[in-house]
Amino acid sequence: MPMDIWSLYHLMLKSRLFEEAITRLWQDGLISGEMHLGTGEEAILAGVVSQLAPGDAMAVDHRGTAAFLMRGVDPVSLLREMLGREDGLCGGRGGHMHLFSKEHLAASSGIVGAAGPSATGFALASEVLHPGAIAVAFFGEGAINQGMLMESIHLAAEWSLPVLFVCKDDGWAITTQLGPSDHGGLADRVRGLGARYVSVDGLEVEQVWHAAQEAIERARAGKGPTFLHARCVHLEGHFLGLQLLRIARNPLRELPAIAGPLIRSFLSLGGGSLRARLAGLRIVFASNQAVLRDPRRKASNDPLARARNALRTDAARLHALDAHLQEEVSALVAAGLQEAAA
Amino acid sequence: MKTMRFSEAIDSALAQAMREDPRIILFGEDIPLMRRNLLVRFGPTRVRGTPISESAFLGAGVAAAMAGLRPVVELYMVDFLGVAMDAVLNHAAKVEAFSGGKWTAPVVVRAPCGGGYGDGGQHEQSLWGWLAHIPGLAVVVPSTPADAGGLMLTALQHDSPVIFLEHKLLSESYLEFLGSGGRRTVHYDVPAEGARGPVPGRWKPIPFGKAVLRRQGSHLTLVSVGVGVHRALEAARGLEGEGISAAVLDLRTVAPLDKAALCEAASRTGCLLVIDEDYETFGLSGEIAAVVMEAGVPFRYARVCTQTTIPYARSLEDQALPNVERIRAAAAELLHMEQA
Repeated sequence: MPMDIWSLYHLMLKSRLFEEAITRLWQDGLISGEMHLGTGEEAILAGVVSQLAPGDAMAVDHRGTAAFLMRGVDPVSLLREMLGREDGLCGGRGGHMHLFSKEHLAASSGIVGAAGPSATGFALASEVLHPGAIAVAFFGEGAINQGMLMESIHLAAEWSLPVLFVCKDDGWAITTQLGPSDHGGLADRVRGLGARYVSVDGLEVEQVWHAAQEAIERARAGKGPTFLHARCVHLEGHFLGLQLLRIARNPLRELPAIAGPLIRSFLSLGGGSLRARLAGLRIVFASNQAVLRDPRRKASNDPLARARNALRTDAARLHALDAHLQEEVSALVAAGLQEAAA
Repeated sequence: MKTMRFSEAIDSALAQAMREDPRIILFGEDIPLMRRNLLVRFGPTRVRGTPISESAFLGAGVAAAMAGLRPVVELYMVDFLGVAMDAVLNHAAKVEAFSGGKWTAPVVVRAPCGGGYGDGGQHEQSLWGWLAHIPGLAVVVPSTPADAGGLMLTALQHDSPVIFLEHKLLSESYLEFLGSGGRRTVHYDVPAEGARGPVPGRWKPIPFGKAVLRRQGSHLTLVSVGVGVHRALEAARGLEGEGISAAVLDLRTVAPLDKAALCEAASRTGCLLVIDEDYETFGLSGEIAAVVMEAGVPFRYARVCTQTTIPYARSLEDQALPNVERIRAAAAELLHMEQA
């Protein structure tokens, strides 16, 4: 199957528009609880998911909506799931962190790292029941220090199972940045566990697609698992409404409520030395500064903008596709919001 | 009198104890954000963030406690304890027995619990019955800021492991972090007296295993912990209008369980209605029935608990968790049975 940049762009844009619509519904209070979006990681998802065949399995993390959409799960049923409707994908019982589609062999988990063992088990079932089929695990780099993930990479390597471990690395584990042991050591760590390691720019869909193609071919041929390390930027951070991002975007509104208790606590009698307190303060400021420096909305960090650049030579087709998808997603949202499903 | 919000009270008691006891250290995921006020007062040696590695940092907390520290290990949610259960089940809870009583692990595991804000069944469990099932663990489920602070102080002085559960509907910081995220468009049924309340000027320990009667009543006693206590109080106010006088007993700790208070309530009103946000089968509600029966107290009994995996949809979730209407109906039915 040759790569088709237009169809990849189609998948990515549809997903982006869909999740932007979800953002508005969440802001309007129609979706409760947390909301983790895949905005910013579309190139990674599209580059991998577009190459899955019927019978391939997918284990995703708490950020699974976009992957489900790209896998061909009915978008209206996804939307209605998030709205908590009886006719949603999971009867309104799962929500966006717990999406399941048996017919697509796609399962989610809100437990960090759980995609590893799940994909390994899906791959084991493939090997026995449907040779040639593979399993993909999607997780963030925050999961790479979770024992169950490292153990499953090792198990998949030990058994030479057809797994593609996809690490969507945005450098942030919720509000914690990667430590020095995570940055340089990941390739060695993965190889030490016995798996093949490949690193790509997760903002470049073509790069992801080519790396995934090779990994998937190897897996189908019984050559064992690959760990695909793809860097990206989550445009909305860990989840919608993340306090660190709210501070960065609207400091005057957010800071007063935080600064008062922080300063009082810093000045409280009893406790650490001034040196310890200053060290604590530095850590608090460091995460905020890192977010301020974090250029989430820069077009160069947006995989969709990059894909568009590659397609600009055919502006007419691009505009037609954009307009078509805008219309399609608007219709999907309207259908999702109807009282009873159409 | 000074008032505080629920998590603020816990952190305030923690700060008081940390000031006096340098062995107390605090760690967990995103702690530099969630406990930033403690971080800037006590510094990064005593207040630190962890990688997402629950089995490592919780297991380390257990051994650090054995070696002389008083760690407070914080999890994002009690549901995530599933990842690190070995540290609690096979280590923290067993050291004292295995060592012939010569060695203990005084670790406090602080974890948000509970539902009511639409986060789905992997993020809203209570699990205190599951934990209290294990010999060697104390399990604390406060319902007010004053209790939360006082019980945290006791937890920090306790010589064996304590699971300290902080209901997310009561916790201003967790509800903001996980439920509203800065939105003003969502509303959750937060019990006001549980979310903010009077606190002492200086924290004093509240003993484990001592229930408190939140409301007097003569026809039946509603027994609960955490948010369930507030649901019970609201139901009791409604039942008054139907001529039913309901007492409300707040257990405060699931383990140790205040058996004496339960037996006394059963003999005084002859009727116990347990409201338990945790799962119905093989849990706190059944344990309460067993304890009172073993004591030979004749009583009538019913329970309103969570029976299924908690659904994501808010309307379904409200039905799955013990709500005021279910409590009122169960109380009326229980008393009707008694008269029949």
